[in-house]
Amino acid sequence: MEKLTHGATMPIPESEVTWVEEAKLGLWEQLYVPALVAGLKTTLSHMFKPKITEQYPEQEPKLPANYRGVHRLNRDEAGRVKCVACYMCATACPAHCIDIVAAPAPPEWQKDGREKYPETFVIDELRCIYCGMCEEACPVDAIELTTLYDLTGLSREQMIFDKEKLLSVFDVTTQAGTDPIRTRSGPLGPASEPPPM
Amino acid sequence: MPTVYVNDQPVEIGTAKLNCVQAAERAGVFIPHYCWHEALSVVASCRMCLVEVGELKDGKVTMQPKVVPGCQTPVKDGTVIVTGEYDKRDPSLPPLPYDPNYTKIPLGERAKKAQADTLEALLLNHPLDCPVCDKAGECKLQDFSYKYGRSESRMIDAKNTPPNKPHISSTITLFTDRCIMCTRCVRFTREISGTAELQVVGRGHHEEIDIFPGRPLENKLAGNVVDLCPVGALGSKDFLYKQRVWYLQTTEGVCNRCSTGCSTYVDSNKDIVYRLRARTNLQAQGYFICDEGRYGYHHANAAERFVRPVVKTDGRFQPLPWNRLLPQLKQEWAAATQTNPRGVVAVLSPFLTVEEAYLLGTYFKSLSPDVRLLLGPVPVIGEDDKYPKNTRGEPVEPVKFIIRAEKAPNRIGVAEVLKALQGDVIPLAAIRDEPLSAMWFAGGYPDPAHVDALIPTPWQPPALLVAHDILPTMVSAAAKYILPATTGFEKDGTFVNHAGYAQTFSRAVRPPVEVRSELQLAFDLLGRSGLVQPPAIRQELAAAIPYFAALAASATPSNPQIPNKSPNTRSLL
Repeated sequence: MEKLTHGATMPIPESEVTWVEEAKLGLWEQLYVPALVAGLKTTLSHMFKPKITEQYPEQEPKLPANYRGVHRLNRDEAGRVKCVACYMCATACPAHCIDIVAAPAPPEWQKDGREKYPETFVIDELRCIYCGMCEEACPVDAIELTTLYDLTGLSREQMIFDKEKLLSVFDVTTQAGTDPIRTRSGPLGPASEPPPM
Repeated sequence: MPTVYVNDQPVEIGTAKLNCVQAAERAGVFIPHYCWHEALSVVASCRMCLVEVGELKDGKVTMQPKVVPGCQTPVKDGTVIVTGEYDKRDPSLPPLPYDPNYTKIPLGERAKKAQADTLEALLLNHPLDCPVCDKAGECKLQDFSYKYGRSESRMIDAKNTPPNKPHISSTITLFTDRCIMCTRCVRFTREISGTAELQVVGRGHHEEIDIFPGRPLENKLAGNVVDLCPVGALGSKDFLYKQRVWYLQTTEGVCNRCSTGCSTYVDSNKDIVYRLRARTNLQAQGYFICDEGRYGYHHANAAERFVRPVVKTDGRFQPLPWNRLLPQLKQEWAAATQTNPRGVVAVLSPFLTVEEAYLLGTYFKSLSPDVRLLLGPVPVIGEDDKYPKNTRGEPVEPVKFIIRAEKAPNRIGVAEVLKALQGDVIPLAAIRDEPLSAMWFAGGYPDPAHVDALIPTPWQPPALLVAHDILPTMVSAAAKYILPATTGFEKDGTFVNHAGYAQTFSRAVRPPVEVRSELQLAFDLLGRSGLVQPPAIRQELAAAIPYFAALAASATPSNPQIPNKSPNTRSLL
């Protein structure tokens, strides 16, 4: 073989090329009908076998509790958004899909030690890659990924979830009894609990 | 030469009066501290800087049996300092002849344990609210806990939770439970501002920072206590919950609110300035900045800012793209200069950098030497405000901080450019009675009220008035063309302060999309091509005007992250 110099593109020498001829079809193969019948046989045989795939959408899939679907923003005991607007999720997010505007909490919240809260909390569900880093980063377990998977929308704007929509996901999933694994696992982490008195 | 040994490393201290923290810094060893600050008195209350200290005498090291606070311990010839990081010392250094009885406990272990214990005590009552604390990310308590402390608390009792005190000031809030009682803020108000609003009330576990009832923390230097606070106890209401600090990009800037020209850090994110902080520069202002400068960035984010060039047609301002505006403007301006050069003036404001003043001035002079360059109105408000003050509000010697009455950063620099280009400095007020045919008002005033107050009245606007400014003023209202100007955060340049001290700064944020920088505009007017490179223009200026010759040595501001160092500054006097 000729030595190739670095960076040069050389055509393959004809001596190294082996030309292969296409196999010649006989009369039987040229009819195609036998092959057609063989294919139909396979198709027809499946119609009478038991169904082994999931019959979506008639049959809803049963997803594990740690499935990472649409986000929800959890509420605290008083029904307020649990998020403290620390930006940990937005910082951890590799897709930069979380946008938070923080503000001092309303005065009545401050009695319970709530100093900061998210004035707006927006997740772009189209940009999100559903990696779950946000729920892992959250120090107060306020953001969680639910098992809602069939997220559709008619426009891009519909897929940008604001705080109210994310809270409504919490309401829906809690009512349906499909809380994510963290909430189902019992008491949350120590940081989300009030300080010992 | 007096020599101090820091972790076996000899450091020559000369005649400097240093404490252990400073001596160790010269050796490149960091001793953590909260309460000690170079500009404030020493109280040694936080106990974070505990070190082992001894003396090398007659070929023998005698160590003190207990750890001592490094900030309060002066060093002298032969002082031996052993810090908690002794095990990280340069292993090639020969160890000093320590007493074998002392080294039964490994060197540095005493200091290390003392620091860990100190942190544990400081954290006893400190709430675990880093997620909502604005200081998180730049908090010394976080940093030192991570580096010197333990990862968990052994505290089983309830923490003290004193209520927050948002009422201590209109600009500052106090999260009382986060305070570690370093009393830097108290000492600042007593020693630097002299106003002494803050104090410590209570004792022991119940110590709190507080104000006297009805005497809130309201002085023009108050914002510095937020910078001084090593934890998140004192928070600026202006910045509160606006950004997490790890999103902020820090650039070295120069304050343009008075002729002191304080060195600052400009913290921005996505081209929005969120915060200004003091940058230590003993040649400019020292360690602090005033609130006027600290909160004086809002004009850059103001909604009424000019963001695109407009031209007055049929009595109304209409936007016009630069590519159509510039030829039209140049033609009109050249025509006005040809007809009556004595009636054409260009006003260069003291808010322009010297590079901008030089290039714009060169352009106007290139049209006709008879075009006059005027120094824009220099706002002077009251008298120099000196600190510290006594209880009657009178300044006390020695003066530690001056807020100057001249509210412009670069009067001297622009005046020197004008002197070089036309021989003398003509203030705007000198031509008040002359009928003018054309005026170019290169402003850049962050406070439009200053312009309105200083325009000579009655104001007879010339037929061709080009207002080049940030915010609407009397001048822009009468203008034919309004060109948007950049703020001090959006340009590279040099300011010369009241003492002839030149400081170069770099751009912190990009201006709004349709705003052209003054230097770019000058390039367009002069018909120069190529990339606008402020350092190159600075070199050109230094070569052209002898007063600025010292600027030739300064390159671009190097790494903007380097704290407390200003390598690009030269004294011009």
